[in-house]
Amino acid sequence: MSGAGAEALPPISALELDRRRYRRNRTGQSVLISLVSTAVVAVIIWQFLIHSPGWKVTQETFFSPEYFMAALPLVWDGLLLNMRVLVFAVIGVAIWATILAGLRSLRGPIFFPLRMLASGYTDLFRGMPFLIVLYLIGLGIPALGLTDQIIPVELLGTVALVLTYSSYVAEVLRAGIEAVHPSQRLAARSLGLSHYGTLRLVVLPQAVRKVTPALMNDFISMQKDVGLISVLGAVDAVRQAQIQVAMTYNYTAYVVAGLMFVAFSWPFIRFTDWLTARQQAREQIGGLV
Amino acid sequence: MSQPVLEMRGIVKVYGNHPVLRGVDLAVRKHEVVVLIGASGSGKSTLLKTANLLERIDDGQIFLSGTDISDPRVKADAVRARIGVVFQHYNLFPHLSVLDNVTLALRKVHGVSKDEAAERGRAVLARIGLADRGSSFPDRLSGGQQQRVAIARAIATDPELLLLDEITSALDPMLVGEVLDLVGELKAGGSTILMATHEMDFASQVADRVVFLSGGRVIEEGPAAQVLGAPQQPETIEFLSRTMR
Repeated sequence: MSGAGAEALPPISALELDRRRYRRNRTGQSVLISLVSTAVVAVIIWQFLIHSPGWKVTQETFFSPEYFMAALPLVWDGLLLNMRVLVFAVIGVAIWATILAGLRSLRGPIFFPLRMLASGYTDLFRGMPFLIVLYLIGLGIPALGLTDQIIPVELLGTVALVLTYSSYVAEVLRAGIEAVHPSQRLAARSLGLSHYGTLRLVVLPQAVRKVTPALMNDFISMQKDVGLISVLGAVDAVRQAQIQVAMTYNYTAYVVAGLMFVAFSWPFIRFTDWLTARQQAREQIGGLV
Repeated sequence: MSQPVLEMRGIVKVYGNHPVLRGVDLAVRKHEVVVLIGASGSGKSTLLKTANLLERIDDGQIFLSGTDISDPRVKADAVRARIGVVFQHYNLFPHLSVLDNVTLALRKVHGVSKDEAAERGRAVLARIGLADRGSSFPDRLSGGQQQRVAIARAIATDPELLLLDEITSALDPMLVGEVLDLVGELKAGGSTILMATHEMDFASQVADRVVFLSGGRVIEEGPAAQVLGAPQQPETIEFLSRTMR
């Protein structure tokens, strides 16, 4: 059928060309309307800000160009630590969350204690504020006196991140595992695959695909929470900004750190959106509704 | 002859570089049952989807009772509200009861009051022989019953045209009969129907006209007895020899 190709089609009629022109115009109009309305809102906000009584002071203390340039390299140094912590934390979360999700999806009464432990774990760490986990790990582990050396706070912060985020990610993965149709499991077990083999080779690959947007969402959220390890004393981007603020009495460094975190997560946010859109396009056949 | 309910002229639909419809002409007149036959991938389903604007055509024109509905200025929702569609896999809403499935469009699209919609819904359910199942949920019904409910949902708003897309293909052979009987009743009741099907026996019984599609083109069309009984085109003859045994 493909051999005949598109050349067998009749030439596009004037009517269809007219319809396409009309649709293009409509699209152009909507783009124009949204651009104009965005500009209007931006101008209103801008005018509101610059006519506020304290705008001059606010501008100097939060948006000072000199302090901005001064803080930039220092905060960037801090951000490098955030990135390092993030890399190791993501690897840790991927492993630990998969194990947890696997434990929670085990069948049969023999595995009751394991299931119970795994669900107790996710309940505990999803319920506990991350800041509390950070303090408990960051201050509690060194207090045990397991080693003569000082345990680096970056390591403790990474452990706390892994413990907390694994519980979220494990639940997302479990939802994905349960969303894979039971017939897939039946087919895999009928081939003689074990429970573990079925999970690893058939169920998980499909499950991860189903929950990729949710996983990326957790990842982005984690990217910001890396900044919280500063409470343990790690000199990361947030801490660097704090130091600058303390030395200069000018808050521009916070704005720098905030913008850097946004810039850092922005590619991943866009990537997630793109991934979600692609998945949707693939799963929906009728394109119009 | 009077104006057709549905008239399609030179319909072209291309997915990427792959043309699915290459200039299809088709008309369905009032009270007429037109059956589309053809192999999988011949464009039957796509043609039905373009007819109620679920797919945008790449060329050609579609008229519904004389109005050009392929004009982008036409409100697609309003057009779809005038056409009833039944899908291969029923597509009933699992979170709504049978009666709510049937009355959803009456209540939320056509602005019929709740009581009146329920009354009309019950009347339609009685017509399809499921008067006692209104409060059940779709997953409690057999496939044939679900498909009958889907038909009830499509006819509850008295649409000008019914589009039936291989409505028996997903059914157990035991259950095909009850659904086809219902389509026969709709025909007797004067409905205007365009349907795609693989049930050749049924097509020969119920169709006023049969249209054979292949490679996105109409290869042959005419009265059922002529197309199915004495096909002229070699492609039609080959297709029928493989499907009717």
